[in-house]
Amino acid sequence: MLQFTFRGVRGSIASPGSKTVKYGGNTTCIEVRAGDELIILDAGTGIFPLSQTLFPEFPLTCHIFITHTHWDHIQGLPFFIPMFVAGNSIKIYGGQDPVTGNNVQDVLSRQLEYAFFPIREAELSADLEYISLSENQVTNIGNVEVVNVLMNHPAIDYGYKVTCGNKSLFFTGDHEWPYNIYDPEDDDYRLFEDHIAQKRKSIIDMIKEVDVLIVDTAYTDDEYPAKKGWGHGSFSSSIAMAQEAGVKHCFFTHHEPTRSDESLEKIFKEALDKCPNKPEYPKFYLAQEAFTFKI
Amino acid sequence: MGDLHQQLVQMVDKMPAFPGSVNKVLQMTSAIDCAPKDLVQVIEHDPVMMAKILKLVNSAYFGLSREITSIKHGVVFVGLNTIKNLAISIATMGMLPKTGPAGLSMNEFLLHSLGTASIAKLLGKQLGVTSDKATDYFVGGLLHDIGKVVFTQFMPQEMERALKRVEVEGISLPVAEMIEIGADHAQLGGMLAEKWQLPHALVTCIKEHHSAELKDDSNKVLDCVIAANIIVKQVGFGSAGNLIEDRLPDHVSARFGMGLDELQDSIRNLDEELEKATAFIRV
Ligand SMILES: [Zn+2]
Ligand SMILES: [Zn+2]
Repeated sequence: MLQFTFRGVRGSIASPGSKTVKYGGNTTCIEVRAGDELIILDAGTGIFPLSQTLFPEFPLTCHIFITHTHWDHIQGLPFFIPMFVAGNSIKIYGGQDPVTGNNVQDVLSRQLEYAFFPIREAELSADLEYISLSENQVTNIGNVEVVNVLMNHPAIDYGYKVTCGNKSLFFTGDHEWPYNIYDPEDDDYRLFEDHIAQKRKSIIDMIKEVDVLIVDTAYTDDEYPAKKGWGHGSFSSSIAMAQEAGVKHCFFTHHEPTRSDESLEKIFKEALDKCPNKPEYPKFYLAQEAFTFKI
Repeated sequence: MGDLHQQLVQMVDKMPAFPGSVNKVLQMTSAIDCAPKDLVQVIEHDPVMMAKILKLVNSAYFGLSREITSIKHGVVFVGLNTIKNLAISIATMGMLPKTGPAGLSMNEFLLHSLGTASIAKLLGKQLGVTSDKATDYFVGGLLHDIGKVVFTQFMPQEMERALKRVEVEGISLPVAEMIEIGADHAQLGGMLAEKWQLPHALVTCIKEHHSAELKDDSNKVLDCVIAANIIVKQVGFGSAGNLIEDRLPDHVSARFGMGLDELQDSIRNLDEELEKATAFIRV
């Protein structure tokens, strides 16, 4: 059994209000149920509503995989209630920042510093364990397998592939496909193109034929040029990725905080209308808070 | 050597880069619209920045599943912003002094490294390597003397005595380093490069660039770096404290099918390439 529920689908900052009621205002968090295991992808503000549904499962064991440590993906972590309750066991996984050398534990400890939060990391009652992942590391949790893939973002970002039996899903975290920093007339242009093609292949190979792709699709194609280099995908880049990887279902997420439900649906429709031919798969969807998909 | 090695490994983390590139990195990165390719070019022209960034992206704790062999490669695989921030963190460590022990000009040293890099790349192309592989030749040349920077920075007195010996006794610098320090810069650089998990071919270039005999792991890159290191001294471009002219090892001359003078003459665009290197660091 593999199913997931979106608990937060916004990028950058939480955006509650009447205009975002349908798709939701919380930042990134995905609850994944795989066999008997609870796996949580990212700890944006959406992890708080999730945590309120978990009391019946105490003592709880869960695994939180952090794609990267930008605020919108970790903001909810200090409010993950199971951490405060003895008997719960929580493992937190993530990369290590090569610039600062910080791992996930360092990041959480800083979030819980005196100036930011009233409870210190040392005072959390649950049994906490931190795991730093190297690239393409395989984590086995019961009969579930989680593998990370290094994506492209202004911070080290791991996408995660979760496989349970013959079902699988992949979440990119924040991702923009790398682009050439040289101009076509520069000597180094071709060489750089080769590196880009290699990188693209290394990612696509990892996610080939997953059942579900959940992909950062922050921008419309019109918006993208002004946001190039900010580390997020566009409808075109996400559609191309889903097609190239041969996935069945593709969910667009990391909605812009200023995007109303109405405009989200409008740009979604426009993007799909632009697709020339529409084979049965991949099927495309907008990620929506509280929506559950059973694979 | 064991103890010395340990000691240096720890100190090297704090080793600053060359003044010109430190200034350029700080200046460029304070502008929001800094052109990525300009920043990459600065890093590619500084042996310390190059070595440290390759070290960080190849380090075990980062755990990449492939070897990162160049800055461009690093930009694509770990991301532009990460490379940029690594460069900034190195730049904020300060800068190497303009003059090293015994009056060794660090600018001349930089020219020597850049000259070797450019010539190694030209020689590689002459041997028919593709332009993506030619990058490895450039990096090999740029980093071959990294051990020397470490000595001048962290063992200035010993290095001063070694450089004096070269002048007075007419011995080669590696021999003088051996007497004064108990290790030469090629050995030390090679060990650091190994410790830093730099790509294997690069470790060999650094470790064996003064080896005259054919070694088991002799390879095209190494042979080009050996030849480039000799040619750059012959044409009097830059200086790295070694006054003795090495002769071209037989197996290297066999690789090219010619002797030193002929090889030097065979390099097209030599002056032009060296001029580019000078122009870049003058800016
Ligand atoms: Zn984000
Ligand atoms: Zn982000």
